[in-house]
Amino acid sequence: MTRETPLLARYAEGLFWMARYLERVENLARLIDVTQNFGTPGRETESWFALVRINADEASFAERGFTPGAEAVKRFYLLDGSNPTGIPASLEAARFNARTLRPLISTEMWMHLNVFHRDMTAIAPGELQGDRLSRLCRIIKEGVQTHTGITEGTLFRDQGWFFYQLGRLIERADQTTRLLDIRYHLLVPLAAEERRVIELTQWGAVLRGAAGYHAFRRVAPPDFGPEDVVAFLLTDTASPRSVALCVEQMEWLLGQLRSRYGLRGTVPSLERIEELRAGLTGRPVGRIIGDGLHQFLDGVQRDLILLAGEIGTAFFRDWRPLAEGQSQRQAA
Amino acid sequence: MPLSPPDPFRDYDAGAYFCELTRLREGDAGAAALVRARIAGIGLDALRSRAAAAETELINLGITFTVYSEANAIDRILPFDCIPRLITPAEWRQLERGVGQRVAALNAFLHDIYHGAAIVKDGVIPGELVFGNANFRPEMVDFPVRFGTYVHICGTDIVRDHAGDFLVLEDNARTPSGVSYVVENRHLMARAFPDLMSGVRLRRVDDYGRRLLAAMVEIAPEGVDDPQVVLLSPGIYNSAYFEHVFLAREMGVPLVEGADLVVEDERVFMRTTGGRRAVHTIYRRIGDDFLDPTVFRADSLLGVPGLIGAWRNGNVTLANAVGTGVADDKAVYAYMPRIIRYYLGEDAILANVETHICREPEGLAYTLANLERLVVKPVGESGGYGITIGPRASRAALETARAALLADPTNWISQPVVSLSVAPTLTEEGIRPRHLDLRPFAVTGRDTWVMPGGLSRVALKAGSLIVNSSQGGGSKDTWVLDEGVDAA
Repeated sequence: MTRETPLLARYAEGLFWMARYLERVENLARLIDVTQNFGTPGRETESWFALVRINADEASFAERGFTPGAEAVKRFYLLDGSNPTGIPASLEAARFNARTLRPLISTEMWMHLNVFHRDMTAIAPGELQGDRLSRLCRIIKEGVQTHTGITEGTLFRDQGWFFYQLGRLIERADQTTRLLDIRYHLLVPLAAEERRVIELTQWGAVLRGAAGYHAFRRVAPPDFGPEDVVAFLLTDTASPRSVALCVEQMEWLLGQLRSRYGLRGTVPSLERIEELRAGLTGRPVGRIIGDGLHQFLDGVQRDLILLAGEIGTAFFRDWRPLAEGQSQRQAA
Repeated sequence: MPLSPPDPFRDYDAGAYFCELTRLREGDAGAAALVRARIAGIGLDALRSRAAAAETELINLGITFTVYSEANAIDRILPFDCIPRLITPAEWRQLERGVGQRVAALNAFLHDIYHGAAIVKDGVIPGELVFGNANFRPEMVDFPVRFGTYVHICGTDIVRDHAGDFLVLEDNARTPSGVSYVVENRHLMARAFPDLMSGVRLRRVDDYGRRLLAAMVEIAPEGVDDPQVVLLSPGIYNSAYFEHVFLAREMGVPLVEGADLVVEDERVFMRTTGGRRAVHTIYRRIGDDFLDPTVFRADSLLGVPGLIGAWRNGNVTLANAVGTGVADDKAVYAYMPRIIRYYLGEDAILANVETHICREPEGLAYTLANLERLVVKPVGESGGYGITIGPRASRAALETARAALLADPTNWISQPVVSLSVAPTLTEEGIRPRHLDLRPFAVTGRDTWVMPGGLSRVALKAGSLIVNSSQGGGSKDTWVLDEGVDAA
């Protein structure tokens, strides 16, 4: 019954990017929701602008004529289709990829994404206001989660599925590092005690952004501090959005592509995985924070970019030899 | 007792036209009456809301074609009319045999014109219509194709006149489209109107992909064991992209774009995650001109450099073959009855519409003298463009057509206006007669198989004769009745 089915390089790339874009959409919706619900009263502008900073979008934000403020940031990420890192453009890109993948993905996946995309391109400015924003974020999150569930239950598990998962995990790891970096970007100059209280609120928000708040409370020591939160999201492989779990799963996926499907190009990617893991486990989290968490997270993000590059070079590049290095549309 | 809704067929009047549902025909075993009664039982309001829900589902499923205008790309559905079109077993036997005969003649004709052209030497068809045709490909001369099959996939446009006689309007022997709607319409019908179908025994249409794949495997180059078939599409921006997706999925083969293929040492490969994999049969949904920029249009980005070389070396099969456009030319069409007789020694089972060839002095003179009674068509266009329907044209439009005819007579044919048959169609005014045609699809490898039924396209505008999707046409599910109706 089983016929060996080769996978077009273009399809592999499409699956990888479709998953990435959707993961990005979900994370962005989480961040916006958390900022709305757990921002620091009286410091809304800083809280919202931190979103722009962790995505390194300051220049693009300014270019589009926005000035820091809650309204502007919401519009930038939820309404402005010209912002390549926003939700409309990410969904557009996800659907674009899904459209090229229609011969491969399940009809249910396509139909859901088609409708989800259509609904989300019709977001009205009023939906960004007051209590409606949280509802919008929930709809977006649930849209991606529905996609994830449909995919889990319907996408055929040949090598395409492995590329899909790789895309999702690499994006998730990246998003978690950005979420953790939010502290660095808030830069609130305050007196010590006031600062401690605000910090705890902020770390709580980070955990909520990663859907880990309650699980963290179960496993954290009663007198937990920032390094416990960081450890939970960086190195705890029970935490579904932790960088370490993503890395571990990617290693397994690459290994499977090699052993099950005989793809030899996995070696450089696996080497990158090794480096990522060494960075995560090489020293205690306390040391990482002491040496500079921001620098460390920056390094992880760079390694993830390199990893994506190795995967692309090994498996996707061949189908567009003339367009090498011109993948702006799909660049991270 | 609840009040029953008024019979929606009460005001239905097909006039002098042949109606595909209300005209009593031998062998329909009561199916037409049953369908009418069921529609009446559902009532207009419920029909409308269910039809609207069915169309929404088509949009959600992305069963759409793309229309490009003013730099906008709009995904549109082919409007679906929920009242099916019925074909009796006897009618289908004639259609099936007639389409098969036509495909056999087209293939024999193509083989001949690329191997010595006896038909031209015998004076059956003017040489300039063959060799002077823009779609004649010198590359094909003396080139062998397996089983002599050039037209692997053929769509034959058929209409019905006031007497109910079937007439062939044109052959589509290049890359005919629409078959995906035949299958999707049936699925949609089964989901949205199961109560209309229940108990009616219909010929199945969901076998198309398997038949097509079997033909594509048959025609692969000789000596290849498990041939790799692919479908070559121009990509997601093509208006028929959904159909390409449909066909690739139904065959279970990769949908490739030009950039996915590469030619090395006169062999075609596709680029996969595991390196290059050989390809043996390409069902291409791009025109001859775009296949290979090194041979045909140099500016084509859709094709594959070197593809024609690989094909000429016998390492890959293209379906349809290159150069089939000569056979479905509207000028050659006029000769089809004679072409059938010449190669098969038979009369055409399906007649042509009477056709005047304006390149011939008599044809031009007749056309000019009767312009207001004729349909004038350019020979090279498709999609219903450039057509002037004499009886409905304004004086100015007739004069424009006359000038165009005189400027280049060879570009035109003319035909009498056929009183196309009608079928009951759900409109805003109620159930009304609308004109329709039928495009059956034939798949040919070693032998020909004709899918039962075909695409019924219906002109949704009152009185309109133009059924093309690009010009306001819709479609109907086409029911080829099998052995009658189980008493429900």
